[in-house]
Amino acid sequence: MYALLSSIPYWGQTILRLLGGSVAVLLPAGTIVYLFLFKMMSFMQSRLGPMEAGPYGSMQLFAEVGKWLQKEDLMPERADKFVFKIAPLVVLSSTFLLVVVVPFGPDAWITNFEAGVFYALAVSSVSVLGILMAGWSSANKYSLLGGLRAAGQLIAYELPMILAVVGVVIQAGSMNLQNIVVAQNAGSIFGWDGVGNPYLLTQFIGFIIFMIAVQAELTQTPFDMPIAESELVSGYMTEYSGFRFLIFFIGEFATAGVFAFIASVLFLGGWGVPFSWFGWTGINDVDNWMNVGGPLIMLTKMLGLVFIIMWVRFSYPRFREDQLQRFAWKILIPVSLVNIVATSVLKVAF
Amino acid sequence: MTLIGDRQQLAYIASQAADARVNVELETEGMTLNIGPQHPATHGTLRIIARLDGEQVLWAEPSCGYMHRGYEKLTEVRTFPQVTALVNRIDWLGSFANEVPFILAAEQLMEIEAPPRAQWIRTILFELSRIANVSLFLGDLGVQLGAITPVFFAFRDREYVLNLIEGATGGRFHPNFDRIGGLKDDLPAGWVDETRAVMKKMRKFCDEIENLLFGNEIFESRTRGIGVIPRDVALQYGMSGANLRASGVDWDLRRDQSLPMAWDKVDWKVWTHLDGDSYARCWVRLQETRESTLIVERLLDTLPSGPVMTKVPRIIKVPEGEAWVSTENPLGEMGYYVVSKGDLGPFRVKIRSASFNNISIVPWLLKGVYVPDIITILASLYFILGDIDR
Amino acid sequence: MPKVPGLFKGLGVTFGTMVETITHGANTVQYPHVKEAPPVRARGVIALHEGNCTSCMLCARSCPDWCIYIEGHKELAPPRRAGGKPRAVNKLDRFDIDYALCMYCGICVDVCPFDALFWSPEYEYSEPRIADLLHDKSKLGEWMETVPAAPELEVGADKKGKK
Repeated sequence: MYALLSSIPYWGQTILRLLGGSVAVLLPAGTIVYLFLFKMMSFMQSRLGPMEAGPYGSMQLFAEVGKWLQKEDLMPERADKFVFKIAPLVVLSSTFLLVVVVPFGPDAWITNFEAGVFYALAVSSVSVLGILMAGWSSANKYSLLGGLRAAGQLIAYELPMILAVVGVVIQAGSMNLQNIVVAQNAGSIFGWDGVGNPYLLTQFIGFIIFMIAVQAELTQTPFDMPIAESELVSGYMTEYSGFRFLIFFIGEFATAGVFAFIASVLFLGGWGVPFSWFGWTGINDVDNWMNVGGPLIMLTKMLGLVFIIMWVRFSYPRFREDQLQRFAWKILIPVSLVNIVATSVLKVAF
Repeated sequence: MTLIGDRQQLAYIASQAADARVNVELETEGMTLNIGPQHPATHGTLRIIARLDGEQVLWAEPSCGYMHRGYEKLTEVRTFPQVTALVNRIDWLGSFANEVPFILAAEQLMEIEAPPRAQWIRTILFELSRIANVSLFLGDLGVQLGAITPVFFAFRDREYVLNLIEGATGGRFHPNFDRIGGLKDDLPAGWVDETRAVMKKMRKFCDEIENLLFGNEIFESRTRGIGVIPRDVALQYGMSGANLRASGVDWDLRRDQSLPMAWDKVDWKVWTHLDGDSYARCWVRLQETRESTLIVERLLDTLPSGPVMTKVPRIIKVPEGEAWVSTENPLGEMGYYVVSKGDLGPFRVKIRSASFNNISIVPWLLKGVYVPDIITILASLYFILGDIDR
Repeated sequence: MPKVPGLFKGLGVTFGTMVETITHGANTVQYPHVKEAPPVRARGVIALHEGNCTSCMLCARSCPDWCIYIEGHKELAPPRRAGGKPRAVNKLDRFDIDYALCMYCGICVDVCPFDALFWSPEYEYSEPRIADLLHDKSKLGEWMETVPAAPELEVGADKKGKK
C-alpha cells in the first residue's frame, strides 16, 4: 500500500490528502447531525424529528444547507467587518488542522507526525481565537459576553485535557498518534492479549477527564454557556446568519467528530483491531485491508463516543460560569495530576 | 437547613459587596444589558434592564407594559357573559382559572350560587388548568437552565390535559365555559374515566421531571441558594402562590377562604418549603402538580349528580354593588374587584393578577447575582406575560 | 460535588424515552398524513343553519369583537290559511363571520334562540389571504354537514340539557 502511494506523484498525493481530509471532517459532521441531532434527540423527546425530506428525513441535512445558503448574509452595521467575516473560517480551519494528524489506518493517514498529540492539542485552541473574534467583532453585548465566556472556558479546559492525555503519552512512550494506536493493539494486559491493551482500561480516569474536557471544548451542554440560548440568545453566534452561521454549525459538529476520533485513538485503540487476532506483531505486519477497515472501525468508535457526548447534551442542564471554572481548577486538574503521578509510578514499577 | 442559612447570608454579603464596589473601589464602566423585550428567557415581551459589572448584576429593573391589552377598561364596554371570553386571555396557560373568580364575583353580587355539580366540575377544571400551566413551567425550567429535553416532555404530557379541557369545554386554551350561575354544559360521557387515566400519566410525568431535572446535581447547584427570598420580604412585596409558600408561608387561598367551590370537600395538603430559594420554588410547584392530580381524582370520586345551572334570567343584569373575589390561581392570588351599577356590564373591574406582584421583587432579588442567575430566578419566579401586563 | 446517582438517573430517563419511542412509536402525529380527530365539542368553526335564522341580530350584538355581519329584509309570504293575511317574514340577505376577528368564544352559538348556529370541530380552513377568512352564508351553510351530534353526557348529569 505504501509502495502504491509513493508511486503517485506528489501533487496526486496532495489531492488525495485534501480529499481525505475533507471527507474525514464533513462526513462525520453530517452523520452526527443526522443521527444524533435530528434523530436521537427527537427520539429522546418522544418525537420523530424530520420525516419529510427523503426517507426518514435523511435528505433534511441538504435541505438545511440549501436553506442557509439562500439566506441573506447579514452583518451588524457597527461590526468589525473583516474580523466578523473571517471568524467562522478560523473556527472551521482549526477542525481541518486537527484532522491532519489523526491516523485512520496503517497507511491511511494525512501526515504521520512525531509530536502528533502535542500538535493536536495546540491546534485545537485555535478555535478559541475564532470564537473570540466572532464575539468581539459582532458589536453585540450578548456576543461579547459569549465570546469572553468561551475564552475563559476553553482555556480552563485545555489544561485538564492536556494533563489527561499526558497519562496516555507516558504509557505509550510516544507522542505519535500512530504509535499510540500500535502500542494499544500490540499490547497485552498482564500477558493476556485478547483485546490488546486499550488505554480505556488503564487510563480510565484520564478517559473520563478527557471526555469532560471535550464536552467543554465543544461547548456542549452542560458546558454550553458561551452559546446559552436562554441567557445570551446565541452567544457569539447571535449576529451570524446564512452561510457564516452554517460554517459555525459545521465547525461545531465536525469538531465533535474529530475530537471523538482523537479520543478513540488515544483511549479505544483507534483504527486497529488487537494484533494478536491475526498474528501481527507490529505495524509492518498489518494487512492492507486495514486501510479500508480501519476508517470504518474509527467511524464506529467515533459514533459511539459522540453518542455519549450528545446523550449528555440532551439530558443535562448547564453549569454557571463560575461553577464551571471551579470544576475545572479544583477537581479536574488535581485529579488529572494525580493520574499522571500514578501512571508514571506504575510505568516505572512495571 | 444550616447550609441554606449560610448561603442566604453569602448572597446578602455578595449583594452588599456589589454595592460597595461601585461606590468605593476603582470605578470601572459597567455595561447596561437589555434583556428583552425580545429574549428567549422572558416568555414574551418583558424587558429587564440590567447594569452589569462583568457578569455580576449591579442593579436590574423590570420594565413591563409591552403587551398591555387594557382588559380592565375593555370589560367596561362588555356585558357580563362577554367578559369571561376576554379574561381567559390573561394567564393564557391556565385560562379556565381566570374565569372563575370573575364569575364568582358576579354570582356574589347576584346572590346566587352554582349547584353542587357545577362547583365540583369548576374545581376539577380549575385544577386541570393548574396542572396544564405548571407542567409547562416544569418543562420550561429545563430550557431556561439549558436542558432541552424536559420541555418536550412537558408539551407531550400537557397535551393530554388540554385534550381533557377541550373535550369538556370545547376550547383548548380559552374554554369560556363558566356561566353566571353554573356551567355551559355538563361533562361528556367517558370524560371521568379519561381524566383518571390522564392524572396517572401526569404523576408519571412529575416523576420523570424529578428524575431528569430535580435530582440532577447540576440543577441543584444552579438553583440552591440562588434568589433567596426571606419570609418577611416575600410578604412585603405581596408575593403569592408557590413563590410565597416556598418562603415558608403556609398560605393557600384554596384552603384559607370559603368559596362556593369544592376544595374544602376533599382532603389535600398545602406544600411549603423553608428555603425560599429557586429550588424551593420549583420544588413546591412540582409537589403542587402532584397534589392537584390527587385533588382531581378525589373530586371525581365524590362528583355529585344534578343540574349544572341554576335559574338565571336570560339577559343578565347584575344588581348594584361591589364584590371582591380572589382565588389561588396557578401563578398565585388572582382576584377581581367588580363594581356594578345594575347594567348589563360591569361599571369598573380591577384585576389583581399574581405575576405582576411576583415580579415586582425582581429589582431587590437580582442585586449582586450573576447573569445566568437572572434567568434562573426569573424562571423560578414563574410569570406569564399576559398576567403581568393584562 | 456531583454525586453520581442523580446525573445517571437523568441519562436513564432520556435513554428510556428513546427506547420507548423506537419500540412504541412517537407521541407526535405526522400531521398532513395522519390527522387527529378533535373532540366532538371542539370549537373549530361555526356552521349556519340558514332556514332557522330569523336575522334577529342577537348573535351579532352579543359578539365580543363584533365579527358577525347580518343584513336582512322583511318579505311578505303567502298566508298560511287560504284567505288569511300575508305574513311578514325576515329574509336573510347576508350572514358573514370574519374568522380573522373571531375569538372562538361561542357566545353567538349560545345566545341564538332559534338554533341556527352550531359548532363544528372542523379546523382546516386557513387561507393565504386574510380577506378569505370572511365566510359568507353559503360557506357557513356548507359547514353544517360537519356538525356532529351532541355527545352523551356523563353519569349523574341532568338529562334535560339543551341542544
